Amino acid sequence: MDATTRTAISLQDAMEVAWLEADLLDSADYDPWLALWTPDAIYVVPAEPAGDDFENTLNIAYDDAAMRAKRVERLRSGQSVSASPVARTVRLLSRFRILSSEAGRCELRCAQILTEYRRERERMHTADITFVLVRTPDGLRIARKVVRLINASDAITGVSYIL
Amino acid sequence: MTVAFPVTPVLDAGALVGEDRAGSTLYTDPALFAAEMSRIFENTWVWVAHASEIPKGGDFKMAQVGLQPVIVVRDRKGVVHVHVNRCRHRAATLCEVRKGKTNSFVCPYHGWAYALDGSLRGVPYEKGYDDSLNKAEFPLLSLRVEEYHGLIFATFSREIQPLSDFLGPAKTWIDLFMKQGAGFPIKTMGEHKFRFPGNWKIQLENTTDAYHFPLVHKSFLSAADRETEDSWDIMNKGGFVEDLGNGHSVMVMMPELVDLEENLDAPIPEKFAALAEELRQSHPEEQVRRIVRAVGGCGFNLNLFPNLGCSAAFFRVLQPIAVDETEVRHAALGMEGGPAAANRARLRIHEFFQGPMGFGSPDDAEVWDRVQHGAQGAAGMPIMLHRGLSHEEVGAEGRKRSDVSAETGMRAAYAQWKRMMEA
Repeated sequence: MDATTRTAISLQDAMEVAWLEADLLDSADYDPWLALWTPDAIYVVPAEPAGDDFENTLNIAYDDAAMRAKRVERLRSGQSVSASPVARTVRLLSRFRILSSEAGRCELRCAQILTEYRRERERMHTADITFVLVRTPDGLRIARKVVRLINASDAITGVSYIL
Repeated sequence: MTVAFPVTPVLDAGALVGEDRAGSTLYTDPALFAAEMSRIFENTWVWVAHASEIPKGGDFKMAQVGLQPVIVVRDRKGVVHVHVNRCRHRAATLCEVRKGKTNSFVCPYHGWAYALDGSLRGVPYEKGYDDSLNKAEFPLLSLRVEEYHGLIFATFSREIQPLSDFLGPAKTWIDLFMKQGAGFPIKTMGEHKFRFPGNWKIQLENTTDAYHFPLVHKSFLSAADRETEDSWDIMNKGGFVEDLGNGHSVMVMMPELVDLEENLDAPIPEKFAALAEELRQSHPEEQVRRIVRAVGGCGFNLNLFPNLGCSAAFFRVLQPIAVDETEVRHAALGMEGGPAAANRARLRIHEFFQGPMGFGSPDDAEVWDRVQHGAQGAAGMPIMLHRGLSHEEVGAEGRKRSDVSAETGMRAAYAQWKRMMEA
């Protein structure tokens, strides 16, 4: 690791990555979204509010790189009736806080309020999001994203897009 | 004890179901829905829990029988009770915790306290009743409870047949289904819950609907690996649907995966090669093969009327909410005490298809939503249920059977619906 990848990540830099990711998803701009992750990153939407042993627990989504690519393909293919068309979304991220920071790596927590619109229905999903961000030679990348819906353990409707 | 006020009689309920079709007001009529909650859900065995959800004394979970909230609890002696979640005093729920462990249930309103078996043990400021309160007269209302192979059912009816008779030939299929424990007891490993704006019977039909699979689940099949895609080529594998009586049916999609303890010498699929290698570090080859074969689940869906599907590798639980709103729960299953790697593999398979963000469930929910919406049109036009009827056969035990994509299972469920609604 060279000096540039060991520099601490500022709150401003971390927020910019989170906002960029949010904007890419809301704009359905998936190629740069896929490129925003480290190769071994995991995207998780837990099914229970507590706990963090995601690998050994049932999740709503638990995506490695291959699953993220499949999810994008599903949204693009037109084969999924629930994603044809894909719901339009607008997500607002705020209440950012760096939970921990070390050389070239930080954990960022924020709030997300997302409104989904599809087939004459508007729905809202509210979540705490935790990002693990790392510096790489190509810039900041997401090493982990955990989306904790506040009602994760309740029944929710189908979500045929990426939270 | 009377457990329900009479509902408005729906005189022509039975007329809505013909041999090969049904009236679409089955999905849309609120009066019919109210009648179903009483005539069906209070008069049959309703699945409420799997034994592994409440393994020890004091363990409980909340459930519903029809629209009625119940508590499923195991007492210190190991006996499972199902109580209506309603204080005998002024009706407040005793429990709003989904799952947990307790010594008693205490009403938050006036503090009436009940033992796990439902008996009333304590009443605060009892003096106010001038010694006239006989606690023995006010136990929680408890349902009849019976269990088969870890499946716990309850009923309000004191008259209906024992669970074993109700399940009948379905028991053989439950036995086969539980083989996916690979010798370990089956345990639930969490559940996905989602809702769709449609009637509960739309989902009941779907558990034995192979016809939709290659169409609605095209995006799942495209995303799956080649072996998985091939194994889901269910329209061309000689499967069948069989009416098992009492509204139950089984749909065999992958005949090669009916009995998971057979064909253990078959080559291990490429998709499980890494898992098999990991298991070989700690298990003998024979057990590795047994576990690996069980990880993918069974090749059939067993539909138990009215609310449980033993569906390939998971439990599908139906919860009616309103005439046009249904909650569906998909409980993941694993091997109690089995290898963590095998249970992880099962979790990932479950997440791939099921739940609000699965590659399958949201598409199912979308088409069921479309059924409910479409059924608002041309109310007099029937829902067609005649697929596979023209080549349906009656087997040795008198059970109807047709090809895998036949609507035999739906006809079985609606025949039971009709019997119960006319009774």
